[in-house]
Amino acid sequence: MTRPELRPGGPPAGRTGGGDRWGVRGPWSTRTIFAILVVAAAGAYLGFRSTPAADSADAAAFRFFDSVREWVDANRDSHPLFLFGVNYLRLGVRLLVEAVSAALTGLGFAGLVAVAGAVSLVLAGWRAALLAVAGFLSFAVLGLWTESVDTLALTLAAVLLSVLIGVPLGILAARVRWIGSALRPVLDVMQILPTFAYLAPMTLLFLIGSPAAVIATLIYAVPVTIRITQLGIAGVAPVTVEAAAAQGSTRWQLLTKVRLPMARPVLVLAVNQTIMVALSMVVVTALIDAPGLGQNIVRALERVNVGAAFDAGLAIVIMAVVLDRVTTAASRRRPLPWRLAVPVLAAAALVVLLPIGDRVPALSFAAPVNRLTAWVELHWYAGTEWLKNTVTGYLLNPLENLLVTTPWWLFVLFVLGFGLLIAGWRAALVAAAAAVGVAALGLWVHAMQTLATVLVATALTLLGGVWAGISCARHDRLATAVRPLLDAAQTMPSFVYLLPAVALFGASRFTAIVAAVIFAVPPVVRLVERGIRDVPPTVVEAALSAGSTPRQLLWKVQLPMARGGLLLAANQGIVMVLGMVVVGGLVGAGALGYDVVAGFSQREDFGRGLAAGFAIVLLGVLLDRLTQGFHRSKGPSS
Amino acid sequence: MTPAITVTNLWKVFGPRADRVVGTPLAGLSRAELRERTGCLVAVRDVSFEVRPGEVFVVMGLSGSGKSTLVRCLTRLIEPTSGEVCLDGEPVRAMSAKRLRELRRHRVAMVFQHFGLLPHRQVLDNVAYGLEIQGVGRAERHRRAAQMLALVGLTGHEHQLPEQLSGGMQQRVGLARALATDPEVLLFDEPFSALDPLIRRDMQTEVRRLHAEVGKTLVFITHDLTEALSLGDRIAVLRDGELVQVGAPEDLVGAPADGYVADFVRDVPRADVLTLRWVTRPAADGEECDDVPLPQDTVIRDAVPRVLRSGRPVPVVDGDRRVGVVDAEQLLPALLGHRRQVPT
Amino acid sequence: MRISYVAVVCLLLTAGCQGATSDSGDPAPSAGSKGTVNLAINPWVGYESNAAVIEYLLEKKLGYTVETKNLKEEISWQGFETGEVDAIVENWGHDDLKKTYIEEKKVAVDAGPTGNTGIIGWYVPQWMADQYPDITDWKNLNKYAGLFKTSESGGKGQLLDGDPSYVTNDEALVANLKLNYKVVYSGSEAALIKAAQQATAQKKPLLFYFYEPQWLFAKEKYVRVKLPEYTAGCDADPKKVACDYPEYVLDKIVSKKFADTGGAAYQLVKNFKWTNDDQNLVSDYLTNQGMTPERAAEKWVTEHEATWKPWIPAGN
Repeated sequence: MTRPELRPGGPPAGRTGGGDRWGVRGPWSTRTIFAILVVAAAGAYLGFRSTPAADSADAAAFRFFDSVREWVDANRDSHPLFLFGVNYLRLGVRLLVEAVSAALTGLGFAGLVAVAGAVSLVLAGWRAALLAVAGFLSFAVLGLWTESVDTLALTLAAVLLSVLIGVPLGILAARVRWIGSALRPVLDVMQILPTFAYLAPMTLLFLIGSPAAVIATLIYAVPVTIRITQLGIAGVAPVTVEAAAAQGSTRWQLLTKVRLPMARPVLVLAVNQTIMVALSMVVVTALIDAPGLGQNIVRALERVNVGAAFDAGLAIVIMAVVLDRVTTAASRRRPLPWRLAVPVLAAAALVVLLPIGDRVPALSFAAPVNRLTAWVELHWYAGTEWLKNTVTGYLLNPLENLLVTTPWWLFVLFVLGFGLLIAGWRAALVAAAAAVGVAALGLWVHAMQTLATVLVATALTLLGGVWAGISCARHDRLATAVRPLLDAAQTMPSFVYLLPAVALFGASRFTAIVAAVIFAVPPVVRLVERGIRDVPPTVVEAALSAGSTPRQLLWKVQLPMARGGLLLAANQGIVMVLGMVVVGGLVGAGALGYDVVAGFSQREDFGRGLAAGFAIVLLGVLLDRLTQGFHRSKGPSS
Repeated sequence: MTPAITVTNLWKVFGPRADRVVGTPLAGLSRAELRERTGCLVAVRDVSFEVRPGEVFVVMGLSGSGKSTLVRCLTRLIEPTSGEVCLDGEPVRAMSAKRLRELRRHRVAMVFQHFGLLPHRQVLDNVAYGLEIQGVGRAERHRRAAQMLALVGLTGHEHQLPEQLSGGMQQRVGLARALATDPEVLLFDEPFSALDPLIRRDMQTEVRRLHAEVGKTLVFITHDLTEALSLGDRIAVLRDGELVQVGAPEDLVGAPADGYVADFVRDVPRADVLTLRWVTRPAADGEECDDVPLPQDTVIRDAVPRVLRSGRPVPVVDGDRRVGVVDAEQLLPALLGHRRQVPT
Repeated sequence: MRISYVAVVCLLLTAGCQGATSDSGDPAPSAGSKGTVNLAINPWVGYESNAAVIEYLLEKKLGYTVETKNLKEEISWQGFETGEVDAIVENWGHDDLKKTYIEEKKVAVDAGPTGNTGIIGWYVPQWMADQYPDITDWKNLNKYAGLFKTSESGGKGQLLDGDPSYVTNDEALVANLKLNYKVVYSGSEAALIKAAQQATAQKKPLLFYFYEPQWLFAKEKYVRVKLPEYTAGCDADPKKVACDYPEYVLDKIVSKKFADTGGAAYQLVKNFKWTNDDQNLVSDYLTNQGMTPERAAEKWVTEHEATWKPWIPAGN
């Protein structure tokens, strides 16, 4: 998913800096302070380390959340908040989903394929239309027509709501300064929330089923809509707006005749990204009884049936690619004029009326994929097992041990010091407060275990991603070859990545690490490559004419100048890894992810699950602030 | 006759609590000092002038001199901090939002440096935009827009998108758009600075032609002295937000108000700008003169052949009144040197 | 289409003053007529076998439409409240949920036992029991903890559990019996079975949470580890459990609405009753013979007419 790339820079956090940040005293002194900090931390660790008691099963926070649940359960059908608020919301969303779903199924197989093709033709041209028709046909060929339509309906419903809510908010955020600055931190947090953390509160308020799924998806996707709309509206050339204002346009005319039409490509991009993000979330909401392809994936995961999952995963990827290409193409070109569009749509309508059955040749990859998996399991067992044990034994376990045996207050102090050094005092305070929050939730050990997994996965991601990014930036042919792979990888919902990992490594923390690495490497590669390629050609030319070797060019010119891109890659990588590691709770990664899964599947663990959800959010804030502060305060200003 | 535009003691201060500057001792500080003390930037400082109906009034200054801010204050695209702007005697700052919109729709139009065309609309619809938002019907506004396009020589390009046109053509669209609503006043904000020199000259000719044809009041912002001299009936020189001098081109060249203006006009070929008025000397007693006099507002360069051919001093007249004479001795310094000239 | 939604919206507006309950907007129960039955599918094969046979009979013999929903146990119970679930066809105990949903909320009712007896326990592969005869008593487990160490167990012995949503007291047991073990969740039944099969095939030590009825026991031998004996009420406080799991009488739970209006479908679910062997047979079809639920059910139904005939309500 490209989602985290979309966070606009906002004003540099470095504004907090200037004279008051330590970093400005020059690299030597920063390095010294850093060394002192590390030595002090190591000393404190040796002095104070302790084997902590395992997380209590009965922390105050858990009891509180349990009591919230009890209250909600008891008042669901009596308290006005539910009678007139929450339940109506659920009802309204339910009607919407049913309407969308009825519309899609009402068209019938041939009709929906024809309409998809026609709409794509009108909005996005014949290439996209062909792709759409082929993609929709393939759902039937894979034998997943009903499931695909369910997933599509949920996605469309969620996107519709996201656009209805997000576009006006985005416009307001761009036009009204205080709304913009009030929204920014909220959106920041919403964008680092791992998908998993949403689910328990959703079932609490909206129970299970499609409405809860759509609302969860909405919450997940709407920040993207808001952000991109805001960017689009704010990016409209001020001259043109001024020219229109000088002619006496009213504010409404400025919006509808100037700003919105001019921002159209960006708005379509907003819809595109919203769709991508929503699709990935809709798949995850299978865990709270949303119908569709996600169900197939969940089932396949439970059965460790990689073949069955492959078919469903393929359908999801095809859907993602179709929706992505159609909307991307639509953002680049104008729709067909009405005189051409009407006959095209009419032709599609004709197909709807024709009695065409849905007999298509069936094709399933389940059996061959399962054979391949069995073969791999059999023949690679020693290798995969060795890899798993090596990484776990030499990297993961020592790090986890270090983190777990660090007293929480020492960790908080370290976060504070480290944050002050690299991210400015504001980010450091937020990060430290988040750490304190995690401790207060009573899930310290689990949080540290999750953190250890995240850090290892991030290190591997950066290692792989930076290496691949540099290679791509230096070899055009490689970049061209890799680009479609990255495109496909970024349109895939996170859930799909669990499957190859599970097939190879069974249920373990390492499985989650592998899934997270596969998930997060593509955007890192992208950002690194872009960072290096964005180094001005004149600078490269100057360095070459001074006689630099390619290696010197890379290390002395391109990498230092691409630092902004690299650090952004680190920030995004770490946030994505966290999201995936938590989902890894489904496949034995344990810790917070497991708490969340258990929380919405076991009544007695509900409070703990919800607390774990909050802990994940706090962990996300902590990691994001530290790394984001980093690239904002030290990266080249943009 | 009521001036088309009257600007009185106009101030525009950007920055925190800008309204606290005007009318206090702070107002006396220089730009840099004020910025240091309050963080405020004075863009327009106590500017007053009048623009006569039908006149081409040029505001000239270097970048950062506040000229673009000044022109935007005229229709409150930028809200002035203090002072008054009157259009046709009507105070603009007192107008309600609705009245102001009426003003912008019907009475004043503007042409922008970077055109500000709507990229998603065809040329025709760009020109018709002003009429569209007034609620003029589709057929009528397209008819008028087509007329305007013909006026600026863009017939045949109606259905293209702005991006398909060259810069010069885009600015013609901007011009047509401004003319479409038939305003009394046209404001030009450095309209040709983004164009190539050759195109720029074409466009200047175009503006002069249009001015002759439609006879509107023009306020023209530029940083290009040549442009200012060639277009302006009168020129206002702006420096750091302050009005340094207002006058006809020849006043600026002939009698710069200070060193700043003098520096500005130093390289101007004086003979092209100054008239005989600036070099006429009183006739000596009993001096024998040429028979045919020259009018006082003849540009020096145009007078040269006559004077040289004549071999005698040529009388200079203001109407019927004889004001003095010129001979080669008077003309040569203007042709060659940069000697400061003082009008008699 | 549009008209009906307009109608619904109007209805909502008029109903506005009453507020909406959590089941507002549910499709009206199709009383008497052949309607749709929503079956929850919990994530283990035994459950699926029950569901497959019931689904087959409802559709083929009684003419109902069946919607299956993959849900974890607790979420299925929530479905009674929202109207998403009509029946759970293999329930393991869950006295707390019964109290909430049957007694307090009155949205569900007990539809009688499935005939299966559920056993939950800790198991080791047969070869371990042969090699270390005393390993089958919990008191000796600490002695062998080193054998069960894995990358995931943090230096202790590993006790492999299944899906986090399963009924389990294992974490409490490990703590309260002071065992030097760590509970590791494999995430699913399939992962458990895979681990067990590997442990047998490759003679790898494994201590794992498992249960009967379970088709795997028909293929390979696993030995149950003795835990302190179960006495009534010893598992009352889930945090203080230090005794074995009880024997579960597996039963069916249906929503109140389904019981009241489900007609023949409800009768069939209520009458459904078979043995562990029956279930293991269908599970075997599903898991090892690669059959779809429909094929597996069809095969079992054609071969066991005597068993299912009595479930069909009179008059059908």
